[in-house]
Amino acid sequence: MRAREAPHRAPVAPVKPHALSGRPVEQLDLDRLRDGELGTEDIRISAETLTHQAEQAERAGNPQLAESLRRGAEMTALGDDELMRMYDALRPRRSTVEELTVLAADLADRGMPRCAALVREAAEIYARRGLTP
Amino acid sequence: MTSTEPRSTEARSAPIRSRRFAFMDRGNVNLDGFAEPDAALGLTAFASPFDPEPEIEVRDGVVVRMDGRAAEEFDTIDAFVATHGIDVTVAEEAMAIPDQELARMLVDTRVPREEIVRISAGLTPAKMSRVMAGLQPVELQFAITKMRVRATPANQAHVTNRMDDPLLVAADAATAVAFGFRELEATVPVLADAPAVAMALLIGSQVPSAGALTQCSVEEAMELEMGMRGLVSYAETVSLYGTESVFLDGDDTPWSKAFLVSAYASRGIKMRVSSGAGAEALMGEAERRSMSYLEARCVSLARALGAQGVQNGGIDGASVAASVPMGVRELLSENLMVMMRNLESCSGNDTLMSESHVRRTSRTLPLFLAGSDFIFSGFGSIPRYDNMFGPSNFNAEDLDDYLVMQRDWGVDGGARSASEEEVLRLRRRAAEATRAVFRHLGLADFSDEHLESVVTAEGSKDLAEPQPLGVLHAARMIHELGLTALDVVAALDESGFTDEAERVLGMMRARVEGDYLQTAAIFDEEMQVLSALTDPNHYAGPGTGYRAPADRQAEIDSIRQARSVAELVTEQRDHEVPGAFEEQGTAAPGTRPDEVVIGVSPALGRTLHRTLSGLTVHEVLEELAAGLEEEGCSARVVRVNSSLDLGWIGLTAARLAGSGIGLGLQAKGTALIHRRDLAPLANLELFSVAPLVTREMYRTLGINAGRHAKGATPEPVRNAYSDEAITARYHTRVIAMITKERELCVPGKPPTELRWHR
Repeated sequence: MRAREAPHRAPVAPVKPHALSGRPVEQLDLDRLRDGELGTEDIRISAETLTHQAEQAERAGNPQLAESLRRGAEMTALGDDELMRMYDALRPRRSTVEELTVLAADLADRGMPRCAALVREAAEIYARRGLTP
Repeated sequence: MTSTEPRSTEARSAPIRSRRFAFMDRGNVNLDGFAEPDAALGLTAFASPFDPEPEIEVRDGVVVRMDGRAAEEFDTIDAFVATHGIDVTVAEEAMAIPDQELARMLVDTRVPREEIVRISAGLTPAKMSRVMAGLQPVELQFAITKMRVRATPANQAHVTNRMDDPLLVAADAATAVAFGFRELEATVPVLADAPAVAMALLIGSQVPSAGALTQCSVEEAMELEMGMRGLVSYAETVSLYGTESVFLDGDDTPWSKAFLVSAYASRGIKMRVSSGAGAEALMGEAERRSMSYLEARCVSLARALGAQGVQNGGIDGASVAASVPMGVRELLSENLMVMMRNLESCSGNDTLMSESHVRRTSRTLPLFLAGSDFIFSGFGSIPRYDNMFGPSNFNAEDLDDYLVMQRDWGVDGGARSASEEEVLRLRRRAAEATRAVFRHLGLADFSDEHLESVVTAEGSKDLAEPQPLGVLHAARMIHELGLTALDVVAALDESGFTDEAERVLGMMRARVEGDYLQTAAIFDEEMQVLSALTDPNHYAGPGTGYRAPADRQAEIDSIRQARSVAELVTEQRDHEVPGAFEEQGTAAPGTRPDEVVIGVSPALGRTLHRTLSGLTVHEVLEELAAGLEEEGCSARVVRVNSSLDLGWIGLTAARLAGSGIGLGLQAKGTALIHRRDLAPLANLELFSVAPLVTREMYRTLGINAGRHAKGATPEPVRNAYSDEAITARYHTRVIAMITKERELCVPGKPPTELRWHR
């Protein structure tokens, strides 16, 4: 694999993306690592960058990928364990409709409307298809 | 056979067997299982009688009916696809187009790719499947060339070993990147080893150059955890199934999968989903549908979930699909459906689907020629026995074949040659870097002996000191200490592996930038993202679309086995015997009736010294002369200067011989017996297959020439025969040798007498 002729469109990265920590990406260098400045939040993608990527995907004609990236943007606020717990809650026969409804409301309250909508939709269909415990 | 037994009653007699059929029965293809199509069991490739009629009904922007079901009857897959996966603004327009018309649009260069993508967004799974059923193999190929997302084809490699040995993983990762693979997929026989393998894979992947993506395929929670720590950069083992019951057996729903897809994005990890024919039939829950229809549901769902790509083309169920008529065609069409939905195709070919080399090549060739985002979703870059996914359809054993296939067809299959020296250097570097990191982080120590065995290993069977418990311990430490890619970068840096430290850190920057979350993204070796956005496929017929840049084409064309004429001739010099032949004056006709002349070609003994069989020209002449002498004849050696044609050489010799019998010999070892009164192209005996002629045969040829000289009629020597690909093996060498003969050929120059010092 090699670089080919000039790409048809310019690369799409925002001018200066920054990590979840707020650190600009160009500050991710060996000198700062040696100085002990870099932590795990410095190598995580930010909600803003994901939203920007979602816009790119939408413009390229893939609204579903855009929606997924926007949900991902919301999920940057969730801790790893919490994220895994929510995923588990959505698996078949793990949660009652009520539990899913509470989860959806909680997500909505915390500024994650897209994740909330996904969970609400799941609650509705899980009830109809018997996927609650 | 029972022919010696007395004839008995019919009941007791063994069935008569054809030896030809018994021989065919032993063919490798007959180890494969073949199934009668059976729709009830899901064993039909296309168009089960139980597949629904394609239909859609949209009311107020909502799909209320699709493929035989009203909204209230939708199962979870229908419901998710209907809600998220169908573009209702084009659905009615798209569904009104006849199947055949859609199929024709796919192969019509005047219908642009974008238009197909627009229409496909409104197609239901049943309609997609119908369109696929209407395409012949070549049409599928053409459509794939047109529809794949990324212009530049690429390839993924499996990198695993039986011992989960981290140094071997790292060395094999570096090897895979050296051979051109841009995604590396590991897995582990021992789940708890995964973090150690992921870390080693990451280090090794960045040794030859920057930007190869890595994954370690294990259960979802651990995979996501390793991704969160930056130890892997993509995931693809997020499985989808075409029936609800199998989907639920997989302990997921479309909603939990959608959540997981976004969870990967939230951590900056590239992901694709996996599906493919056969899985539902294997689980006994295919609901009597065709494989194509069930896979169309998976592909529609993949798009609905918001995954950027799909790994399909059978995958683990490839052999199930291949067991039914048109099954292999169905596998190819799965990839096309993904492309039509404008998703990245990681195109299967990752399961050894036959014991027959012919059959497994036949399965892969059409896609290889058409090109895909990833032609293999795991080319086994390691030996078959080390592939912990099970052997791939192509493996390390086939890598040279694959490189030659690229060269034969002039096709970019995403692989390139690497020299032995380069691979040894990279393996050492990868193993040393990984050992240093594991040592620096206090995870494990590996001996010099172990490291050396890794560098030169074919596979894990060659390792000096496998340490399964040490690997497990290291993996636990990584897990418990919460080590991240940043720890790897620091350890590389502090151990003096600054380039590798920079490259791993570069992967972290790429993760923060997120450009590789776009469809079909890979990095080239300069960390440029090639994706649907930056490297889109614009194929629109001959002369358009991806053409390998000159440097890439040179990589495809240059395989390490290729030899120039100069190299082949240089080999000849090692066999020269200086002073063996002295050129005398013009040869005169002989008069002795016992004299047989051996005519040799222009370059024999001058620039060419070894025949194709490996005998030197001296050894051959010695045998011919000895044979003549056995018959009481004398041998005289004459150089024929004016022709390199063996018939002319032999005839010229015969005309100079007192007996009228001549032997002709070319430097490559082809030899004949001629007689002065025959036409040039006639002869008495000929050895045409020079590579197979032995000393004994040359001796007998000499004896027979002697007998002809005495007027006898000897039994001709049988020409050597082989069922091997003799011409493939020797033709390049023949061309080099003929070139040298031609250089020394002087038309019109009379033959010269040679004094041969035996």
